[in-house]
Amino acid sequence: MSPTPAPGPPGADDAAPAAPAPLQFRDPARARALVAALARLTAHRSADDPLSIMHVCGSHEQAIARFGLRAALPRTLRVIMGPGCPVCVTDAPEVDEAVALADAGLRVATYGDMLRVPGSGRSLADARAEGARVEVVYSVTQAAALAAEAPGEPLVFFASGFETTAVATAAVLLAGAPSNLFVLSAHKYIPPVMEIVAEMPDTRVEGFLAAGHAAAITGWGVFEPFVARHRIPVVIGGFEPLDILAGFARLAELVRAGEARVDNAFPRMVTRAGNRRAQERLWAVFEPTGGQWRGISRVPNGNLRLRPAFAHVDARRRFAREIAAAEHAVAPGREECRCGDIMAGLVGPDACRLFGSACTPATPVGACMVSSEGTCRIWFQYGGHPDLGGAGS
Amino acid sequence: MSGPDDRIALRHGAGGPAMRALVASLFARDAAPDPDVVGLDALDDGAAVRVGARWLVFTTDAHVVAPPFFPGGDIGRLAVAGTVNDLAMMGATEPLGLSLGVIVEEGFARGDLERIRDSIDATCREAGTRILTGDTKVMGRGELDGVALHTSGIGFADRVVRDHELRPGDAILVTGTIGDHGLAVLAHRHGLEVGEALRSDVAPINGLVRAALAAGGDAVVAMKDPTRGGVASALAEMAAKSGVGVLLDEAALPLRPAARAAAELLGIDPLQVANEGKALLAVRGGEEKAVLEALRAHPLGRDARRIGTCTAERPGHIVLDTGFGRRLVAEAEGELLPRIC
Repeated sequence: MSPTPAPGPPGADDAAPAAPAPLQFRDPARARALVAALARLTAHRSADDPLSIMHVCGSHEQAIARFGLRAALPRTLRVIMGPGCPVCVTDAPEVDEAVALADAGLRVATYGDMLRVPGSGRSLADARAEGARVEVVYSVTQAAALAAEAPGEPLVFFASGFETTAVATAAVLLAGAPSNLFVLSAHKYIPPVMEIVAEMPDTRVEGFLAAGHAAAITGWGVFEPFVARHRIPVVIGGFEPLDILAGFARLAELVRAGEARVDNAFPRMVTRAGNRRAQERLWAVFEPTGGQWRGISRVPNGNLRLRPAFAHVDARRRFAREIAAAEHAVAPGREECRCGDIMAGLVGPDACRLFGSACTPATPVGACMVSSEGTCRIWFQYGGHPDLGGAGS
Repeated sequence: MSGPDDRIALRHGAGGPAMRALVASLFARDAAPDPDVVGLDALDDGAAVRVGARWLVFTTDAHVVAPPFFPGGDIGRLAVAGTVNDLAMMGATEPLGLSLGVIVEEGFARGDLERIRDSIDATCREAGTRILTGDTKVMGRGELDGVALHTSGIGFADRVVRDHELRPGDAILVTGTIGDHGLAVLAHRHGLEVGEALRSDVAPINGLVRAALAAGGDAVVAMKDPTRGGVASALAEMAAKSGVGVLLDEAALPLRPAARAAAELLGIDPLQVANEGKALLAVRGGEEKAVLEALRAHPLGRDARRIGTCTAERPGHIVLDTGFGRRLVAEAEGELLPRIC
């Protein structure tokens, strides 16, 4: 078996004299070589029985979609987006809590793509259109700055995101946030949900591409117990197109060789131990707790809640009365949403009756149609069916 | 509980499908066909009425922008350029004059209003036009955010250039770098320090368009300025109205390094971002080289490029060849929001 070509600096003969040299990890010629390697590595499979690989990261899906990789991949390889979009797996009752706080007149700040996620009924964008004060922030630091600008009134930061984003929330709280900043944590932790997907009876996942930025914090060693238990290989992948293709190729090699192990295809960022200081901060502020992931199931240790030492910034404690008023009645039609099956890799969006008709980006039913990282949104906008043809064809 | 469509949301003003649906359902109804009028139902850049052998082109724009002063421009320049450019997109490149409505919030600094006026005057001079008539209103504090402008403009065109005449094989040209205005304003608004290199492209481009029309004549079959919604929405609208698809070459898209960096940082597709000094042109019959040469000879068209081709496949859709594969180009649905990670 020929070794996977590794991303590297383009050779002198790759660069056309007139055009600027392609970025190191965006070299189409190397991408074509990796796609050819993937075709060879999966040649023994068929379009009806493709090698099924799952990634668990919205940034991976964004890159795959943005660079049109699905249209270039061999039909013998199936790439599934798992529950890797933090916005999509935020449970409707969690959104309801934020909406209730906004309805109660509190200032609520959150990330841009959380704004339109429907709760059981309404989204924060709906609340804002009706007069609630909802601010979009780019970072927890910006939320802290907003709180500092108006010290007289509380500001609730509706914090979503996986361990990557939770570390930032933790760092701001540890550094001493303004006393009027409160956190409504919808933070989630990825490793436990991989267990859930691997244990689903209908799962066809033969390998996982793990998110490089999350692994930069946790270290790739965090996946070793998972691999030992489930005998499914995990490869850590970066986010440039060549990183992703190289990650797929490495997974195809491991599956073909029957090797269940963790392999680091993002060594320029990720070590086995990870970022210990970030881990210390994360676990000083948050503790894992079981929680519902939207459409998936209850995930033991899948949610991150504030530790008792941070009870004074916990919006769920400080505004318990307002949160108790949250409406959780599920709007009609929502129960048909198949986001959960789609995120578990059991079906594609076209298997959902709502997809493209009742559920579109303008009228999203499920969170998967809201977030720019959601599978349904990406299929709707970029075209999920890989029949657009390869580059230059 | 109220439904999501009972109230106007920000996405209804974002230049994408929601805005087109709102305008089409609310305002552009029941127009009787009239060969001598291009009216509201056409949802083009402006209206046109036949007057003798020529067409009188008329267009109107409301302008709000936060903040009113931004890197590379201000609301005054935006208002004049927006109206002049909409006239030019219909083929009227010598605007006869503009009207200007000014609505100001109580407490707005007079000095800022003077700066906006000076900018309006300077931009009018650049475009070879002037303000012919105007109106001013003051609203109470909190009833308006700072200042809003409203401009209208008129001009004659010998031939009205529409936005729905694309056919398979037509070349799609853009007159310069894309995404500069929207990314400069977004980066400024979100407090991202990306340096001086990222500035709005806001400018009147009627002179540039005049040069292109002089070089290409009737071969310039369609024009549109990719303002709100960016190149993605402008092309999607042109393609859908014309019943063609468009294949774009990502490597050919002119993009400043600072704009590329800001787009990556914010997680925003530069194709979805507003431009305020650019035009998309569809050119037929192999005349694109002559048009490109004319564009590049003009100071505002130096970065003009051919970025794509109209196709018979996938009518109404824009397909992007990324060099790695292909994907559909998405239209912005609602405000452009930075992604979480």
